[in-house]
Amino acid sequence: MTTAVTAVHTSRADTGPLIEGATGKWEVIVGMEVHAQVLSKAKLFSGASAEFGADPNEHVSFVDAAMPGMLPVINKYCVEQAVKTGLGLKAAINHRSIFDRKNYFYPDLPAGYQISQYKHPVVGEGVVIVDLPGGKSISVGIERLHLEQDAGKSLHDQHPDQSFVDLNRAGVALMEIVSRPDLRSSEEAAAYLKKLRAILRYLGTCDGNMEEGSMRADVNVSVRKPGEPLGTRCEIKNVNSMRFVAQAVDYEARRQIDVIEGGGKINQETRLFDSKKGETRSMRSKEEAHDYRYFPDPDLLPLELEDAWVQRIKGSLPELPDDKKDRFMRDYGLSLYDAGVLISERESADFFEAVAKGRDAKLAANWVINELFGRLNKEDKSIGESPVSAEAMGAIVSLISDGTISGKIAKDVFEIAWSEGGDPAAIVEKRGLKQVTDMGAIEAAVDEVIAANPQKVEQAKAKPTLAGWFVGQVMKATGGKANPQAVNDLVKKKLGV
Amino acid sequence: MSVDKNTVKRVARLARIALPEERLAPMADELNAILKWVEQLNEVDTSKVEPMTSVVKVSLKMRDDVVTDGERAGDVVKNAPLGEDNYFAVPKVVE
Repeated sequence: MTTAVTAVHTSRADTGPLIEGATGKWEVIVGMEVHAQVLSKAKLFSGASAEFGADPNEHVSFVDAAMPGMLPVINKYCVEQAVKTGLGLKAAINHRSIFDRKNYFYPDLPAGYQISQYKHPVVGEGVVIVDLPGGKSISVGIERLHLEQDAGKSLHDQHPDQSFVDLNRAGVALMEIVSRPDLRSSEEAAAYLKKLRAILRYLGTCDGNMEEGSMRADVNVSVRKPGEPLGTRCEIKNVNSMRFVAQAVDYEARRQIDVIEGGGKINQETRLFDSKKGETRSMRSKEEAHDYRYFPDPDLLPLELEDAWVQRIKGSLPELPDDKKDRFMRDYGLSLYDAGVLISERESADFFEAVAKGRDAKLAANWVINELFGRLNKEDKSIGESPVSAEAMGAIVSLISDGTISGKIAKDVFEIAWSEGGDPAAIVEKRGLKQVTDMGAIEAAVDEVIAANPQKVEQAKAKPTLAGWFVGQVMKATGGKANPQAVNDLVKKKLGV
Repeated sequence: MSVDKNTVKRVARLARIALPEERLAPMADELNAILKWVEQLNEVDTSKVEPMTSVVKVSLKMRDDVVTDGERAGDVVKNAPLGEDNYFAVPKVVE
């Protein structure tokens, strides 16, 4: 739902990446309104269930259906979730906020108005730090967060000349999180959404499931020549994935540049993103549909929060992504990149910490990121669905650290643990994968290879890099179980290079 | 502040109230009378007075996050003029 209170000034001073046009370079300016469904059992103003996927109109109370005489009573937990989110966005909490009626007519809005917050939202200004690929970070200003009701759902394809209305979603609590127009590219827009989603999921205030619609974005896009005032913006409604946000911004920026350079003017309007065609198009809504005639809802008193309660919520906040990232870099000595990958999901971070506990943290990070995440991505699995547990992953890391197996063999052990399961130490024991550290055995293997290849020995004496060939042969002869460093040292010693 | 016929027409349309052409001017007169009265009230300086949100000193009641209602789709759609499979049915609306 469009907010009439939209940020018009940006807190960014730097110029973003520029887009080439026929008349010179252009800068794209993006701001976002994200609707995040509050994780709660019941709806914002009624006792009906907020759960997804029930039969039509089963999760509906007479309040949600706007039967005459029904009165809204606010769900305290939803308020708590909004406050928690506000604190997670490092935002000001307004101890007094007001619910307003936003008036419009649509069949999935039975009351003829949505209860929302207009001039006095529960959460004020905050900030989200977004890390970009390449190591740059930007601060994205949060203008506000307010609580409002979701609308119902209309189905248009069930009947030739009727639309069917299901009010199960009607009245479910949403947080609308409005950013300042501080984003400067499709990449930044997608990265912002990703970070915001991570924060909400860390806080446990929204599940961030974009496919089911529990998080969706309205994207405001305008273009300008660098240094000029902000241009007229268009709002692209209900974009429901990071990829689509990026596509929509790119398409819309190019469209606006073409319009302006063709001598035209951008009209402030609402547009739809067609994900199949990858383009935006005008919704052609009637002008007057946007006059919402907000006024304070006479059924609801102002929402007043006690400071002690807000402080209690503040005290219960979990460690947030930025803090976790800093701690991973500080305590585990991880790089910014590795720490950033690990903290992108709370579950991934927890998994890593379980693997790293009491072990070589850098090695643990490498194995979790490269082997495990690589494999999970390939098979489109989430960390929760990993067939290799954190305990098993940790065991593999320990086996490498104490020299029981080489890194190469560890990959085989990982493969077995992935496809067949089992305890890595037992796998190593049972299959005889232990690294050969017995110097006598290694020496015998080295001698054998040297004796069998006198010609190569001569060549290697002239060209020491050929020693690598001998190392390879020894490793092959020992089934990859010889300690590569020991083999390398021995080969060099014996060849005299 | 006063309203003209066009404003009345627009507000009626926004509120989905059918107002025949000949009722527009009388309605504008009625609304202007009310607005004039409000203007008169505005002459009182209330800059140092908190807006009254309730006649008695109470704060907003809150409920716990417990499911206490719903699972009564039959009752919810009972009075709907049209419906199918517990959906409300309305004339087709597609943007």
